[in-house]
Amino acid sequence: MQTSDLIRILPEIILAVAGIVVMLLGAFQKQNAGRMHPAIALLGLLGAAGAIAYQYPWRSLDPAFGGMLELDAFSAFFHILFFLVAALVVLSSSEYVAQERLASGEYHALLLFATMGMGLMASSNDLIMIFIGLEISSLASYILVGFRRGVATSSESSLKYFLLGSFATAFLLYGIALMFGATGATNLTEIHLALQAEQNTVTAMASPQLTPLVGPVPTALVGLSIALLFVGFAFKVSAVPFQIWTPDVYQGAPTPVTAFLSTGSKAAAFAVFLRVFMVALEGSAQDWVWLLWVSGLLSMVLGNLAALLQTNIKRMLAYSSIAHAGYILVAFTAHSEEGVAAVMFYLAAYALMNIGAFAVVSHFGNRGERYVEMEHYAGLGYRAPLLAASMTVFLLSLIGIPLTGGFFGKFYIFRAALHADLVWLTVLGVLNSAIAAYYYLRVIVFMYMHPAAEQIPVERVRPAMGFVLIFSMAATFLLGIFPQAVLDFASQAAALLLENLGNGVL
Amino acid sequence: MWLIPILPLLGAALNGLWGKRLPLRGIAAIAVGAVACSFLLALIACLSLGDATRMEVYFPWIAGADFQVDFNLYLDPLSAVMSLIVTGVGLLIHIYSIGYMSGEKGVHRFFAYMNLFLFFMLTLVLAGNYLLLLVGWEGVGLCSYLLIGYYFRREDAADAGKKAFIVTRLGDLGFLIGLILLYTTFGSLDYLVIFPEAAQFPVDSDGSGTLTLIGLLLLAGAVGKSAQIPLYVWLPDAMLGPTPVSALIHAATMVTAGVYIIARSSPIYVQAPEALMVVAVIGCITALYAATIGILQTDIKRILAYSTISQLGYMVMACGVGAFGAAVFHLMTHAFFKALLFLGAGSVIHAMGGEQDIRKMGGLRKKIPVTFWTFLFASLALIGAFPFAGFFSKDEILWRTFTSSTGGGRLLWVLALLTAGLTAVYIGRLVFLTFFGESRADPEVASHIHESPKVMTIPLIVLAVLSLIGGWIGWPRFLGGSNHFERWLEPALAAPAAAHAAGEESLEFLLMGLSLAVAALGVYIAYYLFLKRREAADRLAQASGGIYRLLLNKYYVDEIYRFLFVKPLVMGSTEVLWKTLDVGAIDGAVNLAARTTRSLGNALRKIQSGNIRSYAGWVVLGALLLIGFMVTAAS
Repeated sequence: MQTSDLIRILPEIILAVAGIVVMLLGAFQKQNAGRMHPAIALLGLLGAAGAIAYQYPWRSLDPAFGGMLELDAFSAFFHILFFLVAALVVLSSSEYVAQERLASGEYHALLLFATMGMGLMASSNDLIMIFIGLEISSLASYILVGFRRGVATSSESSLKYFLLGSFATAFLLYGIALMFGATGATNLTEIHLALQAEQNTVTAMASPQLTPLVGPVPTALVGLSIALLFVGFAFKVSAVPFQIWTPDVYQGAPTPVTAFLSTGSKAAAFAVFLRVFMVALEGSAQDWVWLLWVSGLLSMVLGNLAALLQTNIKRMLAYSSIAHAGYILVAFTAHSEEGVAAVMFYLAAYALMNIGAFAVVSHFGNRGERYVEMEHYAGLGYRAPLLAASMTVFLLSLIGIPLTGGFFGKFYIFRAALHADLVWLTVLGVLNSAIAAYYYLRVIVFMYMHPAAEQIPVERVRPAMGFVLIFSMAATFLLGIFPQAVLDFASQAAALLLENLGNGVL
Repeated sequence: MWLIPILPLLGAALNGLWGKRLPLRGIAAIAVGAVACSFLLALIACLSLGDATRMEVYFPWIAGADFQVDFNLYLDPLSAVMSLIVTGVGLLIHIYSIGYMSGEKGVHRFFAYMNLFLFFMLTLVLAGNYLLLLVGWEGVGLCSYLLIGYYFRREDAADAGKKAFIVTRLGDLGFLIGLILLYTTFGSLDYLVIFPEAAQFPVDSDGSGTLTLIGLLLLAGAVGKSAQIPLYVWLPDAMLGPTPVSALIHAATMVTAGVYIIARSSPIYVQAPEALMVVAVIGCITALYAATIGILQTDIKRILAYSTISQLGYMVMACGVGAFGAAVFHLMTHAFFKALLFLGAGSVIHAMGGEQDIRKMGGLRKKIPVTFWTFLFASLALIGAFPFAGFFSKDEILWRTFTSSTGGGRLLWVLALLTAGLTAVYIGRLVFLTFFGESRADPEVASHIHESPKVMTIPLIVLAVLSLIGGWIGWPRFLGGSNHFERWLEPALAAPAAAHAAGEESLEFLLMGLSLAVAALGVYIAYYLFLKRREAADRLAQASGGIYRLLLNKYYVDEIYRFLFVKPLVMGSTEVLWKTLDVGAIDGAVNLAARTTRSLGNALRKIQSGNIRSYAGWVVLGALLLIGFMVTAAS
């Protein structure tokens, strides 16, 4: 191990240390310590972001830990996105934590640990490392989902998430094992080379006893392995047919945690999904592209149709997140540099608007998440103009109205799909986004066009929450008016990710 | 130039955020001031334009290697005319609204939406590329939706808002796909890139090429926005919004966006004659069709709504025969007189204490003279009486249709002439029933009838003057004028090559006389049936039984749509749509649909049972499918 290796994982180290500090403070400090926790968490996130920025430019960094980790521009993009998401969630949950009397130390520590796991996922270039990162973030998430201990639905959804999540992880692990069996490698780049050369790389060990094992890669085994890996990742991004857990878990989890899951965790899962399929399995694209095609289409259709029926906002947003996973899969299906960049841009835009929307839901939900039904939003436009206006912006962006980030997200996705000649998928996608307008608009209609049925108290927006709302709103507009900077970053990262492949560089 | 659209946006922001705390006077000052300033700016910009066109690029929006879109505004005669109409008529309607909306709750919200609407509308007409146009396009739709549903306490108003949004959305879908196709064809969405390139394309004579497809897709968007067949159903319902909204959005500006987009894309259309043919036919049928419905409506605003649809049909038809200039000319005069008709109707409704049924009016001529005279001017302009504005523009369209070399130009002309006659009948009926004869109002209401305040009547008078003289700038050549207007527009619009045979002046004169005669006949029929011999109208209604009922029920189109589209949607598990759109339709078919919905909902619920074992079962099932696929595909 070299120093440079440690520097590569410095962001993760900083997060782990900050997490432990917060956890210890929470355990030993009794009174009024709650205020320090978010501050330390934010500092940790800032430090981690600094550690990423310190290593700029990312294009020429050597892989760390013998190729297990790769801090390239792709990984840096996702790191920054995760830190931003985590910071916004920390800020927007300060009210919630106080209101629900959650154990603040543990809460923030778990958030940091989950973020750390996500960071590892984004960097890892090895199936084993991916598995470790995934588990670190998942375990923290399982607990976070059940963090409202006194509430039955929260515990229930935590248990569901845990059981189904473990189940899916088992598929993933099995897929990893089979992939190793087929190619003799767990490193993504090596898998790529092995599949390209159709040679099992166990020979690399140069042990004479093993030479009989050298042989062609068994294609059926690779196919089986791809299917199993797909199950694991599709579960994490909640794509059909593995979306089944999403509504229950998103509804039962504390609202800020739902925001975190639907943006951060989803982005992390897409990061590894992209890296594994675009780097390691790039050569067998003709096989898995159809999986993506069907799964993307079904996710859009099912997510949108089911969302039409919902009356609970959290549940509606859960189904909508399934639909959005579908849009992202459309760009993924293009499996081109442009498609990867479109996925990255979309994830960033989606993270900002969705965190904003959940922040409003969380603030308005009040104690015990009492007000999360659509009809509770009636007349909100008159009693809380800032909340309603920001919610409107986020919903319009989720629809994909021009001048918002959501518009360009969809625009780039459909452009990438068109360039890859996925005409039908594009048409169906555009149709779907037209359907989706309906249920988002319903919320706006409730806010502005229905008289309030009962007097629902609206708490004053505190500075931290106000910052989150205004920041997300500004960022949503910024991505809609000046999308270029973020898109350039994503494009370069995508180019770099795929460029190494062409050269066959390890 | 960017200040023109930005000023109303500022007004909207001010009123939206702080309007609650301001008095009515302050709100009005902000809203009207913003529009007045941008009107002045637009005027200055247009006067300094001369013969040139101006493209102002502010900063790049998307700057890809192969794809560049800027924030840019484009001012040419076409967008100049449009922005003058939007800000000018908008200004008058804003002033009128001060009087009309006083006493309503949440006036700041109303003015904020109105200003926001103007911002988007100006973005739409001034945009220098199709993507920015789309921003305005979506924005005006949203504002229209918010303003129709302004009286949100009225269930039907909120529903109408939704209907408008959903129906126009159908057209927008085509529009969006059209834009994608434009981009893939030309590699750009900029007007100044696309139009010269389009001119290089061979004329798409057999209608199988890309340009025809693009033309048809853009037409789909225009059909939705400009309420043409078959997507016109939202406009009559949209009348549930406040009357100034109907005047601004659903008569003078937003609904003409469809005509604008066709005129703007004229360089594409002229290369695609088949698409133009479709445009002409849709416009002509819509014009005739809506006019026949207009004859039997009883709600004053609904009559005007069908009239608007019909007049929009005229404009679309004019585009279709390649007379883009005439279409824009009519668009302008129509903006004057139709806004006036709506505002006049608003004044009548105001006077009658909210009554909109013309059967309960009558004899208002004496009681509200200003409204009466201005309304009369507008009506004369609408039927195309000499020398009112509508005469020049309508006659121009008829003449160009007659001489059009597009196949069937004569047939279109006959239908259009028939429409002109029907127009005279329905507007005559409206005027006679409302302003002449005996009062049929409740004595209670009748005793309160009063003229509207000055702030409302002055815009009426200004518009009345415009309805009279607004057409003179297009004085046709053979009557001693020179048709300045269309010559000025020429550089902005493409003309189909040799589409118009040069007609003889004497023939044009004859046709003009004919259309005047038809209009006069229409007025006389209305006079005879609805004022002089009211029992004759009833007898006629009885005699024509089936047709009468068909017209009265607007050809049952709403019902047919409900059957064809709404019901399948219901079956598609959307209980929500069922609740909002289909309320009141009680028959066996719908019950069946409801049962289907419930069982589908149940099926969904069964899948989403909350039972973790069944969830795991679904995961396994999905995994098995995947594995099966991958293994068979691989081996």
